Parts: sequence; structure tokens; C-alpha cells
Amino acid sequence: MSMLLEVSGVSVSFDGFKAINNLSFAIGAAEMRAIIGPNGAGKTTFMDIVTGKTKPDAGRVIWGERNISLLGMSEARIAREGVGRKFQKPTVFEDQTVLENLLMALRAPRGPLAVMFYRPSPVDLTRVEELASEIGLLEALQRKSGELSHGQKQWLEIGMLLAQEPRLLLVDEPAAGMTPAEREHTTAILVEAAKTRAVVVVEHDMEFVRRLDCRVTVLHEGAVLAEGSLDHVTANSQVIDVYLGR
Amino acid sequence: MSDTFLKRNPSTLVFLAVLALFVLGVTLLADGAGAGVISTSFVKTLGKTLCLALVALAMDLVWGYTGILSLGHFAFFGLGGYMIGMWLMYARTQAIVVSSLSEAPIPATESEIVDAIGNQIFGVVGSSEFPLVWMFADSLLMQLVLVVAVPGLLALVFGWLAFRSRVTGVYLSILTQAMTLGLALYLFQNDSGLRGNNGLSGLQNLPGLDHVPQATLSIWFFWASGLALALGYLFAAWIVSGKFGSVLRGIRDNEARVRFLGYSVEGYKLFIFTVTAIIAGIAGALYYPQAGIINPAEIAPVASIYLAVWVAIGGRGRLYGAVIGAVFVSLVSSWFTGGQAPDVNLGFYTLKWVDWWLIVLGLSFVLVTLFAPRGIGGLVDLWSDRRQPDRHGADLGPGVGALREKEAEQ
Repeated sequence: MSMLLEVSGVSVSFDGFKAINNLSFAIGAAEMRAIIGPNGAGKTTFMDIVTGKTKPDAGRVIWGERNISLLGMSEARIAREGVGRKFQKPTVFEDQTVLENLLMALRAPRGPLAVMFYRPSPVDLTRVEELASEIGLLEALQRKSGELSHGQKQWLEIGMLLAQEPRLLLVDEPAAGMTPAEREHTTAILVEAAKTRAVVVVEHDMEFVRRLDCRVTVLHEGAVLAEGSLDHVTANSQVIDVYLGR
Repeated sequence: MSDTFLKRNPSTLVFLAVLALFVLGVTLLADGAGAGVISTSFVKTLGKTLCLALVALAMDLVWGYTGILSLGHFAFFGLGGYMIGMWLMYARTQAIVVSSLSEAPIPATESEIVDAIGNQIFGVVGSSEFPLVWMFADSLLMQLVLVVAVPGLLALVFGWLAFRSRVTGVYLSILTQAMTLGLALYLFQNDSGLRGNNGLSGLQNLPGLDHVPQATLSIWFFWASGLALALGYLFAAWIVSGKFGSVLRGIRDNEARVRFLGYSVEGYKLFIFTVTAIIAGIAGALYYPQAGIINPAEIAPVASIYLAVWVAIGGRGRLYGAVIGAVFVSLVSSWFTGGQAPDVNLGFYTLKWVDWWLIVLGLSFVLVTLFAPRGIGGLVDLWSDRRQPDRHGADLGPGVGALREKEAEQ
């Protein structure tokens, strides 16, 4: 299977501390992958590197069919290439309505002039309404997103991520602060998304990872410790030592 | 756009109606065209105020909406004034020189006329040569192009350098202030080619229109300023009403998030910085013919700080707030500093408003920032539905948007 994203031999250090140490990782075009690991294993730094926020000291990040390098591209350019990211803490534009948030995220030309003359077409509005009903915010479209509850903001952010129609979703702890029912809904959305695109989920909650039913990559001290099914990695003695055992 | 656009933005319609009524009223009462209740000099003050409102609108776009606290927009305003001032001064001096030389026994040659104009304009700084920057001064069209091009290009180059390096927040403010100060200091020099601290003067006289009295000219400029403000307001309301405005406010509130949505934050900042610099330049080009004189002191950093104060007092992040702030503060300011406000005798000390006005202004800026961050424009919220919903009860969670007790029970 050809890979959508290939990270190979990437290292980055902050003030001498090696946050990522010769990390290699690859994911296919329609695949779900969970990343687990103890605090400080480099999960967030890994996402920062892929999205262009952090420049690695060494290594390669290769993207797509044409094998272009994501290194040296701006964050915005990488996002336009099709990498979408959901942050751990919901970051929506609180001063704007749910509708405005979703329209901003909706896949469309991103240049200043195109955006200036953009007016939502009926197709766009229908798409936004579909998304809003999927994330349970159809009634709240005209509300300022700052008024939403914490859980609703999480949903809005997931909705914005889907609206971008990225080819790779990087999702940081999507289920944090959600009720069991909401978690199931989140699982369903992510599993559905992974049928057509690549999804990388960083999660602490083992129960959630188990429900995703996908390959798991265990990070430790900035490198891959083990990879395979959840049962496979949890049987690995090294993994038990550094993560599960403690 | 117009029909539905105005329907969706009723405040724009209200603003345009108020502005039209104001322009009509002043015209009817003015010396030049109507009843003569309003003096010519006051018509000029009002016209200038409309120009200040326009530059405040630009400041609101760049600061209130995009979150870039630029302390350089009054420099762009001044540059616009300088560009139109060069033509006004050149053309008027040319008319005077030609008429005085025509009485000479031998007709003057072209180069003699140009030399004489140079002598007239630059004699005050001990020179008579035309510097390179006056290259197009004899062409109204070229100078009008420069009104737009010079502030626009300066903003484009400066903004490209600053935004590309991801300079934000207070550092960017300091950088823009340094640019403003540098420009002012440069223009203060006699060999800057723009008459040093003398500046350009006599701008109130339009070349070739000597027969038109100032009373009439003042009304023309008043109309032009009103029209420019109306168009500027429409343009600003149009760009902030759609997705472009969403992106701008997103950049203000969380620019990293906007980047991860795929928008080039630097490109948007550069775009709005440049566009607002051009608006500021146009406002300046309308302002200084009414003021009659421009000198480098007008560009000093404090002028750009005033601009920020107007927008803050009027209410940033809403267009009419910027206009209200600029009009209110600049009119009150000229009342206090014009010596019209009566001194207050405290017995032991006489409070002279000319000296104390700045203290009052500074104090009100601090108070507005602390206690009424929405400014004067925030008063509108009192009877519109823009107020924050009162959700009763205490937060259930730590976040600002967390459910509250009463909501959770429903």
C-alpha cells in the first residue's frame, strides 16, 4: 500500500533535551492509527512537526503521491495540502457564531481575494447544516461559540476538522471531557472518517483506543517503542515496563 | 450585494443616513451655500473631522478587527497629505510665477519658469533645485496616483518585513512606531526635499480656482470628505461582514488556529495593513487641503497614538464606534485646546483647559480601557440585543463557556 505520510529518522531537541529521537512513522491513505505513550513521549511534538509548527533538526517528512516534503512549508500551506489538526484543548473562535466557525473551516479557496468575494452558496450551507446536525449543533448555528459548553466546543472543533475535508486528521485526545455516549459518537465519526482518509488519534484512554480497533503505535522518549494491534503491544514486556506497568 | 448586504447590516444603513443628514444640514447652514450660521472655518473643521473619522475607520479595521495595534497609520495619513500638497504647492506657485513673469519685457523660457518656481518653494530651506521626489509634482494625475501608491508601497514593504518575521503584539507596535518616528525625523531635515520643518503650506488655495471663495471651496471639500467617508464605511462594512471579516477576527483572537485552518495569516495581515494604509493616505489627501498646511510634526508618533485613543474610546471592533470616537474626541479636543472652554478658577489655582485637556484625555483613555472596554459604541448594546446573554448561576466548569447551573438543569 502506498503511504500518505512518511516520517523517517526525525529528531528534534529543545535546549539539549531530545523530544523526538530518530522517529519513523508511516500511515496509508485510508487508515486509522492510535498513538499512545506516557507524558513526555513526544506525541504532541510529533504532531507539531507534521503540521509545520516545529522544525525538526534532522529527518524527512514525505507527503502524498508526489512524495513532496512537508519540511519548509508554512503551517497554512501544510493545512491546505490536507493536514487537519484538532487540539487537545478546544480552540474555536469564541467571538463568532457556530455558523461562522464552520464556514471558515469549510473547504474553499483560502486566498485573501477569493475569501473577500466569497459568499456561501446553497451547497455550502447545506454542507454546513449536515455537519452541524452530525455534531449536534444544528440548533446552535446562530449562537456565539463562546456560549457553548466545553463538550459542545469539542464537537464544534471536530465539525470544523471534518469541514476542512483533510486527507490526514491529527486528533489530540478527542474524547477528553466527554460523556460515555458522546465518546461513542466520536468513535463512530472517527471510524467513518478513516474509511476515506488517514486518521491519527493521540489518546490516553485505553478503553477508547480499544473501541477504535486499529493499529497502535507506542511512543517512548521520542521514538517508536512498539507497533501493532492493541493486544500485541500491550503484551510487549517493554511497553508494560515503561507505560502500562507504571 | 447592495440590497441584501444593507438588509443584513442595518447599522450601515443607519450610519449612511445619519451621515447624509449631517452633510445636508451643514450645507444648508453653512456660509458658502446656505444660511451662513456655520462659519467657513468651522465647516473646514467639520470636513477635517470626517477625514479623521475615515482614518479611524482604517485603524479599526487593522486594530479592532485584526488585532494589529499599528502606530503608523497617521504616518500614512500624512504621506497622503504630502503627496497632494506637492501638486497644490507646485501648481499654485507656477500660476503666481507665470503671471509675474508675463509682465517682463522678454517672455520667460520654460526653464526660467521652473527655476523661479523652485526658488519660490525651496528658498525657505536655502535651495532652489527641485529634488527627485518632486519629479511628478506638475501633474495632478500622477500625484493622485502617489497618494495611493506611496502609503500603499511603504505599508507593503514594511508589513512584508514585519509580518514575515512573525513580529506580533507589542513588538509590532514598537516597530510601527519606530517607522513613524523615523519618517517624521527624516522629513524634519531640510534636505529631505519636502521643505523640512516648514512643511508645505498654502494648500487651501486650489490652483486655477482663485475666483472661487474659500466659503464655497470649504463646502466642496466637506462634500468630498463626506463621500469618502461613506464609501470607506461601505467598503469596510462589506469586507468585515463576510468570511473575510471572520478570518480577520480569527487572526485577532487566535492566529495559530487560523493558520492550521489553512489561511496564510501573514498574507491577510499584509493585505489589511496595506489596504488600510491606502485608505489612510486618501483621508490625508482630503484633510490637508482643508487644514492648509502640513509639516512633519503632523506625522509624529503621538498622532498615531491619538488615533488609537479615538478608536478605543469610540469602541473598537465596530465600525461606527471608530467614527464616533474620532468625531467626538477630536471635536471636544479642538474645543478644549482652542481656548473656547472657560477656565476653572479653583481659588488657589486656575485650571487652564489648554494645559489640562491632555490629562483629561489620557485619564479617560485609561478609564475607558479599564471600565468600558467597548467604548462609547458599547452604549448601543444597551438597547440592541448584542449584550451577553445573562445565563444566571455559577459556572459548572473551569472554562468561560462552561455550562452554568440553571442551564444544566433545563
